[in-house]
Amino acid sequence: MDLQRLLAWTEPLFGTITDVLPIIAILIGFQVMVLRRPIPNLGRVVLGLVLVVVGLACFIQGLQSALFPLGKLMAAQLTDPAFLGNTGDQEHTTAHWLDYHWVYLFAFAIGFATTIAEPSLIAVAIKAQQVSAGTIAAGGLRLAVAVGVAIGLTIGVFRIVTGTPLHYYIIAGYCVVLLQTAFAPRSIVALAYDSGGVTTSTVTVPLVAALGIGLSSNIPGRDPLLDGFGLIAFASLFPIMSVLGYAQIGAEITRLRARARTKRRQES
Amino acid sequence: MLKALALPLLSSLRDSLRDLTPILAVILGFQYLVLRQPIPDLVGLLGGALLVVIGLTLFVQGLKLALFPIGETMASDFARKGSLFWLLAFAFSLGFGTTVAEPALIAVADEAALVAAEGGMIPTTDVARERYADGLRLTVAMAVGLAIVIGVLRILRGWPVHYLIIGGYLGVVLMTGIAPAEIVGIAYDSGGVTTSTITVPLVTALGIGLASSIEGRNPTVDGFGLIAFASLTPMIFVMGYGMLV
Repeated sequence: MDLQRLLAWTEPLFGTITDVLPIIAILIGFQVMVLRRPIPNLGRVVLGLVLVVVGLACFIQGLQSALFPLGKLMAAQLTDPAFLGNTGDQEHTTAHWLDYHWVYLFAFAIGFATTIAEPSLIAVAIKAQQVSAGTIAAGGLRLAVAVGVAIGLTIGVFRIVTGTPLHYYIIAGYCVVLLQTAFAPRSIVALAYDSGGVTTSTVTVPLVAALGIGLSSNIPGRDPLLDGFGLIAFASLFPIMSVLGYAQIGAEITRLRARARTKRRQES
Repeated sequence: MLKALALPLLSSLRDSLRDLTPILAVILGFQYLVLRQPIPDLVGLLGGALLVVIGLTLFVQGLKLALFPIGETMASDFARKGSLFWLLAFAFSLGFGTTVAEPALIAVADEAALVAAEGGMIPTTDVARERYADGLRLTVAMAVGLAIVIGVLRILRGWPVHYLIIGGYLGVVLMTGIAPAEIVGIAYDSGGVTTSTITVPLVTALGIGLASSIEGRNPTVDGFGLIAFASLTPMIFVMGYGMLV
């Protein structure tokens, strides 16, 4: 029993190490054979790699041992027909879409909360703030992405509940993204597209999948396999919109302020 | 050295604590207020949360000490070396190598092989399934390698990112129309699976490092976008794989 528990604890560590090993092999291979330059601050880099591996292993172990089981249990409970209050009654075997209001709220809240804790998003946000010399604030970017994921998941849950086709939503979403791309400040476009791929990672995917599976297996006529995929597509599409929108609003505010300033100057 | 490390570590610990608060609030709030049930194992939950906070703190420190500097110095070294071939070879290896051993991808590939065997696309033997799963993994890894190569070329040449993305989306829509229906869900999923927590910072730093070492490129406008390609090409490639096998 003790050995088993110990093994279960070291599993994320080994998983992270096998994840990192090929990367390190490639980095060292090119550094030694092609670039032929010594790595600056080698000690610091090695320490940093150890911190990355140990940190990620702790992070994943903590999520798997405590947060995921509870989150998955809640997703299952919230989508349970008994909780939605339609047991036995023949006329109400299929709930009205408004009956799922707690599920929408849960999707919104959990989408926002898991995105704020997503390590890859933290990394991209730190870089964005550095590179833009502070014009793109790391905190603001992460909030924008989190709001995007939250809205995306809520709409995704609504889609599963109503059973409307996935591609209508996705194609409409692509159209909105294209329109926004045409009007948004150029400096944000690539970053916004990147934030779509970054959100579906360590923290968000397992909980979102649990929500999708819970919902689609409790509503008659939904396929758990198909609808679980749908939610992740929503979670990577909507952050693109919200980040583009965040930049558009920021640009608009700067423009209005500048205009107010010149007006004041003209008056005085 | 120790003092210089301790101060950012403390502020980073505070940040991690703040980042985890929303999840705890959502879970506790829904459990007590909506479901009206006690937490089954409160001590376990708090212990796990503590582990997550410590892990996140160490990861962010390691990011700044190792992953960001490695990506950026290698990018500027390659730019100084001036050999397009080696830069593209590095870009491909990075994309391919980080993806092919990705545990999430291995899980998805095995699942896909089961679906394919049930659908009658391949014989229902272990050997056939394994071959199918390995083929799928190689396909996704090739797609990500190619994505990084295209993304690096884009940074070098200064092509606008949205033309390539729009082209990619059209490719996805087109392939969805002609690929076998069983593969579509797996294909969409493979796009999200490829970008792991270690790949993202490294690839981001590579892009920004390249954009800052090449004259006429703006790191904000041109440095990002590699991740976007890496989650787009696998969808197209996996649907193509579904059509061929």
